[in-house]
Amino acid sequence: MRINARYKASKPMRAYIPAYDLRVPGSLSEALALMAREPGVWQPFAGGTDLMVLLEAGKLSHKKFLSVSRLDDLRGIEVSADSVILGALTTYTEIQKHPVLRAEFPLLCTAARETGSIATQNRGTLGGNIVNASPAADSPPALLVYDAEIELVSERGARWLPYHGFHTGYKKMQSSPDELLRAVRLPRRAAPWRQYYRKVGTRKRQAMAKGSFAGAALMDNGTSRDIRIALGSVAPLVLRAVITEDSLRGGRITPTVIATAGETLAREIVPIDDIRSTARYRLRVAQNLLEEFLSQISK
Amino acid sequence: MSETVSRIAIACRVNGEPRRVHVFPMVRLLDVLREEMHLTGTKEGCGEGECGACAVLMNGALVNSCLIPAVEADGAEIRTVEGMANGDQLHAVQQAFLECGGSQCGICTPGMVMAAVALLERNSHPDDAEIREGLAGNLCRCTGYKKIFAAVVRACESTQDTRPVNR
Repeated sequence: MRINARYKASKPMRAYIPAYDLRVPGSLSEALALMAREPGVWQPFAGGTDLMVLLEAGKLSHKKFLSVSRLDDLRGIEVSADSVILGALTTYTEIQKHPVLRAEFPLLCTAARETGSIATQNRGTLGGNIVNASPAADSPPALLVYDAEIELVSERGARWLPYHGFHTGYKKMQSSPDELLRAVRLPRRAAPWRQYYRKVGTRKRQAMAKGSFAGAALMDNGTSRDIRIALGSVAPLVLRAVITEDSLRGGRITPTVIATAGETLAREIVPIDDIRSTARYRLRVAQNLLEEFLSQISK
Repeated sequence: MSETVSRIAIACRVNGEPRRVHVFPMVRLLDVLREEMHLTGTKEGCGEGECGACAVLMNGALVNSCLIPAVEADGAEIRTVEGMANGDQLHAVQQAFLECGGSQCGICTPGMVMAAVALLERNSHPDDAEIREGLAGNLCRCTGYKKIFAAVVRACESTQDTRPVNR
């Protein structure tokens, strides 16, 4: 009796495919017109490495999607004197291959290399990783420490905004239903910053993060003139640890400072228990990664 | 019953042959290959992009066909395990799997073969780490991977004069 009730209440194991629409506009103006006409109805669909998994599991509640795969305006990596602009459709494979990204933005390349398998890296896109808005996403910690900016486009025009602050809560974003993420801009830094990235999962590769950490610092004789710290899987969104950063900026990195920074970080993050890990473990991992990062840059 | 959308025409090349099907837009490329084109060499394992059993080459890149909606394959060049042999002449990777015992139950084999082919096409001299990374998206529950690894090493050796480096 009870089993029967539970069975009836459960959702179907697989999706009913004929109920799903996936339009493929051939140009950006066509895509934006569709999104302006029916805001929120047409959700963007890029590499599909997240959405198709939900579809297969019968958990994709939204039914109408707009494929961005034919929109050339969302492709390509442009390098200029002061920045690198990546189209939202840039794949993890393309990120890893790009010589300027490899030389100046290694954390993003490492994050791309540690995201899923080669087949996933060939399909998964930077824009999709941002808009899917998972707190466990791999590229956002790197984007935060690089002071990335993002471009949103709609029929009303285009606007650039800092990526930091774009996510406002679990799966919540500062974008309107008619806006599409077009590109990500990474400012090139003149001075060499010390950089660190580490992802902790069940396995070394092809595992979702239980915790991830990106850090960068501009060091001057043992003192951090400037510093960025961002963490994944320890809050409802990928978090830039601004309070911990402020406590470290301008000072010498000593063992005492490192210990205090760990306590500050503990007050700043809000790890939870879920299917992948526990709050306690995540706090410990976050503090250990902070310690490893600070120890490395202090040398 | 949920509202349904219309089927749409999809045209692509599969193993060099032009193919045209009428399918629902979100149907998986995996199902198009198996159910519409009767190319059942490509297998379904997990159906969520973790195991690589459904791996095919799309426009030269290794992809998991369970994560590709049919409309995304419109206009694409697709290669499956059925297209690897040239008549009775097996692909070097297939021949090596045969010789090294790289296949047991066979479910992972088509995906493993496609991952190995993709690896050798972008890097004809992979070292051990590169072979492991190239096959890392493909799970096998029979072999323990050693014979599959050996098969890829043999395929490299059979297609080149010099031995792979770092071994």
